[in-house]
Amino acid sequence: MCGIVGLYLKNSALESQLGKLFEPMLIAMTGRGPDSAGFAIYGDEVSDDMIKLTLQHEDEHYPWHMLAEKLEETYSTPVSVMHNANAAVLKMKAEEAPVRETIAEFDPTVRIMSVGRSIEILKEVGLPENIAERFNLAGMKGSHIVGHTRMATESGVTMEGSHPFSTGMDLCLVHNGSLSNHNRLREELEHKGIQFETENDSEVAAGYLTWRLREGASVKEALEGAIEDLDGFFTFTVGTKDGFAVVRDPIACKPAVMAETDDYVAMASEYHALSSLPGIENAKLWEPDPGKVYFWGKG
Amino acid sequence: MEFDLKTQTVREVNQALHDLPKDKASEVVVNGISGDHNLAVGMDQPAKITLNGHAGYYCAGMNKEAEIIVNGNAGQGVAENMMSGKVHVKGNASQSAAATAHGGLLVVDGDAAARCGISMKGVNIVVKGSVGHMSAFMGQSGCLVVCGDAGEALGDSLYEAHLYVKGKVESLGADCIQKEMRPEHIEELSALLKEAGSDEDPYSFTRYGSARQLYTFKVDNASAY
Repeated sequence: MCGIVGLYLKNSALESQLGKLFEPMLIAMTGRGPDSAGFAIYGDEVSDDMIKLTLQHEDEHYPWHMLAEKLEETYSTPVSVMHNANAAVLKMKAEEAPVRETIAEFDPTVRIMSVGRSIEILKEVGLPENIAERFNLAGMKGSHIVGHTRMATESGVTMEGSHPFSTGMDLCLVHNGSLSNHNRLREELEHKGIQFETENDSEVAAGYLTWRLREGASVKEALEGAIEDLDGFFTFTVGTKDGFAVVRDPIACKPAVMAETDDYVAMASEYHALSSLPGIENAKLWEPDPGKVYFWGKG
Repeated sequence: MEFDLKTQTVREVNQALHDLPKDKASEVVVNGISGDHNLAVGMDQPAKITLNGHAGYYCAGMNKEAEIIVNGNAGQGVAENMMSGKVHVKGNASQSAAATAHGGLLVVDGDAAARCGISMKGVNIVVKGSVGHMSAFMGQSGCLVVCGDAGEALGDSLYEAHLYVKGKVESLGADCIQKEMRPEHIEELSALLKEAGSDEDPYSFTRYGSARQLYTFKVDNASAY
């Protein structure tokens, strides 16, 4: 099992309510995945010369200001820090790769959840309801959001095994299903320089996308490649800086349902996660075709 | 009798439904539904059950005798393994509608998704919208009527079910072919459309059925798999 939900707002007037609209969608998928949950929210974009990092640490009272000071010293630039439960969002003028190195040197127990200009990934082990409350999901603003509730099958119940998986600047992937060729694919991707942190099959899918994007593919091309190269069952939802994509394997065993109105595009594993959305009664509803990439947003 | 799933559980409702008398038709309304799974499963009574709201997975599964109306959408596996009676979904149905069903009638006013009527064994299905890919896969008997379009691989590995499609068919599955519409088929289709409350013209449909080449494996057919 596992539940996937996504909401992309077409009407920017709703952006202040994104978290509030999304929270019941995530909680509705508890039955499909009660062991961990997470979401990637897009909004509060920084300028082109800046990056935004979402970091997490097991210690609820982690001294994020010390890490920020270290980064300020190293790069001679101001670093802003916003705390959210055991996570922190840092914004600064810098490049991704050296900042990752500096953080790893400073404290390898700090987890980098996402890096980008718009994305923030927050995830945790536990019931979706508790996780939504912990990170104050209902109060969050943004343009679009992708979420996941996990029922662990391919690897253990850990924070690392929970979704979304970051697949590069501003990109993330959530997965419902199981991959059968992930071991061999993992080896091939490792040879190409992709690093993995878990035994999770979905992380291999994320790594695959990272590799294709690194090779210059567009999100659509990378997902079309995934349909060819990943063996197994999957419904993926991929978040990008300006939109989100949905793709199912050619057999389409794993459920997915879409809804579209003038105000939003939404996807979920089951309809009842969409039933709380405004105007759902008159939305265009359909189940995405197998082996076809759907994309909403700019670009 | 009336139930509200905002205050009652699916288990309570289903138990009350199973306790209904078998010798007379009762009327039951269930309100407050928000995607709950397994609603009105295992009926063996001639009751008329109205479900107000969107049903989750396996609604009306194994139905016998009852008439079940869903005033909303239905999730995966609606009317799975139905034996008799009638299930009417006023919205859309998700995947595997009426899978392996032996009898009765399923009517879907909207679209049905992939694998509608998979392994159907005598059920009649009328979909007023379109059906997804692999519909009527391994269909053994009964009829699938589609007033809209059909997705890829319609009737793959079909045995003997009758398929009637008004719109376009994305592709036919292995061993499924277009067939002549003879008077008995017009008669059969007319009756089903009438029973489903559809005013579609039976002459505007195309019939598909089994070429009967896969009954026993022939090496000549290997490329069809």
